[in-house]
Amino acid sequence: MAGMELLSDQGFRIDGRKPCELRRIQSKLGVFGKPDGSAYVEQGNTKVLAAVYGPHEPRGNIVKLQDKVVINCQFSMATFSTGERKRRPRGDRKSMELSMHLQQTFEAAIMTELYPQSQIDIYVEVLQSDGGNYCTSVNAATLALIDAGIPMKDYVCACSASYLDDTPMVDINYLEESSGGTELIVSILPKSEQIVFLSSNSRLHEDCLNKVLDMAIKGCKDVYLCLDETVREHMTQVSASFSAD
Amino acid sequence: MRDNPLSICEREFILAAVEIQKRIDGREPYDLRKIKITFGLDYGCCHVELGKTRVMAQVSCEIAAPKQTRLNEGTMFINVELSPMAAPQFETRSQDLNTEITRLLERSIKNSRCVDLESLCIMAGEKVWELRVDVHVLNHEGNILDCANIAAIAALAHFRRPDVTVCGEEITVHPADERDPVPLSILHMPLCVTFAFFHNGKCLILDPNEREERVMDGKMVVSMNKHREICTLQISGQMLLEKDQIFRCTNMAVKKVIVLTELIQLSLENDSNARAAGEKFGFAESVETNEITTEYKEESEVDMSDIDDQVVMATQNGNSEDGSIEELELDMETKVTIMFEGTGMIGQGGANTWDMDEDMESDLTEHKQKPQANSRSATIAKHIGGDLSGESEEEDTVMLQQEDIGLQSKPIISSEEPTGNEIDLTAALAKPRGKKKKSKHKH
Repeated sequence: MAGMELLSDQGFRIDGRKPCELRRIQSKLGVFGKPDGSAYVEQGNTKVLAAVYGPHEPRGNIVKLQDKVVINCQFSMATFSTGERKRRPRGDRKSMELSMHLQQTFEAAIMTELYPQSQIDIYVEVLQSDGGNYCTSVNAATLALIDAGIPMKDYVCACSASYLDDTPMVDINYLEESSGGTELIVSILPKSEQIVFLSSNSRLHEDCLNKVLDMAIKGCKDVYLCLDETVREHMTQVSASFSAD
Repeated sequence: MRDNPLSICEREFILAAVEIQKRIDGREPYDLRKIKITFGLDYGCCHVELGKTRVMAQVSCEIAAPKQTRLNEGTMFINVELSPMAAPQFETRSQDLNTEITRLLERSIKNSRCVDLESLCIMAGEKVWELRVDVHVLNHEGNILDCANIAAIAALAHFRRPDVTVCGEEITVHPADERDPVPLSILHMPLCVTFAFFHNGKCLILDPNEREERVMDGKMVVSMNKHREICTLQISGQMLLEKDQIFRCTNMAVKKVIVLTELIQLSLENDSNARAAGEKFGFAESVETNEITTEYKEESEVDMSDIDDQVVMATQNGNSEDGSIEELELDMETKVTIMFEGTGMIGQGGANTWDMDEDMESDLTEHKQKPQANSRSATIAKHIGGDLSGESEEEDTVMLQQEDIGLQSKPIISSEEPTGNEIDLTAALAKPRGKKKKSKHKH
């Protein structure tokens, strides 16, 4: 895009961040009453709600698995979430792909063998989209799963990174994402640093991969600290309300 | 129809094999299957075989209005068809697989901007070329994505669009007989390489086949071009990986991609040379019709370096009472030929020990008299004759098939005058019979 400077000479990005700086993360657990677990996460201008139901008896046409739980993910974007009004919230190829990716991510992270013949539903709704939909969705779903008390190997934290002018940039926003540059999305289990999901778009030279991947993993760990803080805060509140009774 | 589930025995066998770096089809862990790229009569039609996985891609174009966001760029649309023809289970639950393949192809080909879409603009904001790549999966034997990617890229590189001249507001599209069609400008060739992981990421193989795909924990798709740029990267499945494993895959993918790019360019060159020289081209040329495809077994190397001695020992022991060891050993020497050190062929060499009646012989002579009336039986006749030369049956069939096709292409010559082939036949027939008796006598 001509006339737009994604990285200024002074080393600042288009929204005033430094290359290694995340957007502000705000999160909250237990935002709904009905689901077993729910969470709301804001990363900059990207806002995501997640709700988790289950484990419960498989419903509809979902086939029971004898050795593990079925995880059903649904990713949808509100019609008002993007600059142009979206025609339908889900069912297009991109959101179907994202649903599949979410499902794969959480199948790897949840201890699926504990609940055979049952089902867990994860519903994710993007309220406002400003890049990093997948990452914010994963972070929100992790919090919702923790709120629902479903055993996981670890938190799953996701973060994106890009590469511009020999500088890796972390947690990219919509403008940086759509400018045609590289986009690398990673989700990891922060304690063991194992990679659960990895995906990249647009060209990136093999030699730069290491730098960008490192940056994204560092971003994931930072996200983890934010999420962990929220969970601890939430737990102290809950326990305080119990002891007050 | 739902696909047959894999039995537990089979699953465990494959997993155990992968653990000791062996694969059920005899490949090394990091080997690709055989690739065959053929082009159709029309420009932009490509058929790729990766082992037994077959994919056809067809590129077409039409003039349309550009997208509002990109007014001076052509558009590209990729469509993947998974019909039940490829595998019966595609009838029902192909939705997820279809989305996955389509999106990965889009990301690999479209998002990496390998086709210069700006050159497809005819009149900015009004008329652009709309490319459409239709990928049809014809047979599913695992790793559809790599095969589809090769087919799509090769088809795009092969495609020619009609030439256009713009004069003021007027657009003229020239048909092919008026002006030569124009090739697309392909800036680079992104090619997918798929790695399958087993045993929670410990074991890694390249280009999984259908069975391996069913038991794998997950896979990693790396799409790269020969300039070592990563165009798409994706890990899917329920496994946890370390960072080093990713770099190992990308390093390996580069080597494969360079080989594949060369292969595509070579086949493109061959096709254009054939077209220029007025030789035969298109599928009719490359598809071997006179072959029984279902029973065709590819020759594979079997490691017999440690077996040879044992076999000789066993045969010696078994025949020691006969007192004809020397004769047998002599026979062994003449019959068994070891082609290379450490390789062997089962059923190779030796006389024909099949029972052959007088009927069959008369049958064969009958065929000899009218050789071109039935090409199949002619093949059989020659097949038996071929045994004499001490080559394996499998190899023989393939070689003679090619001869056969050669014969068929000039049927007039061969039907008018009996060729040398047929005269050989009688000699060939006589000898195996003699040898057969001899071998019977021995047992």
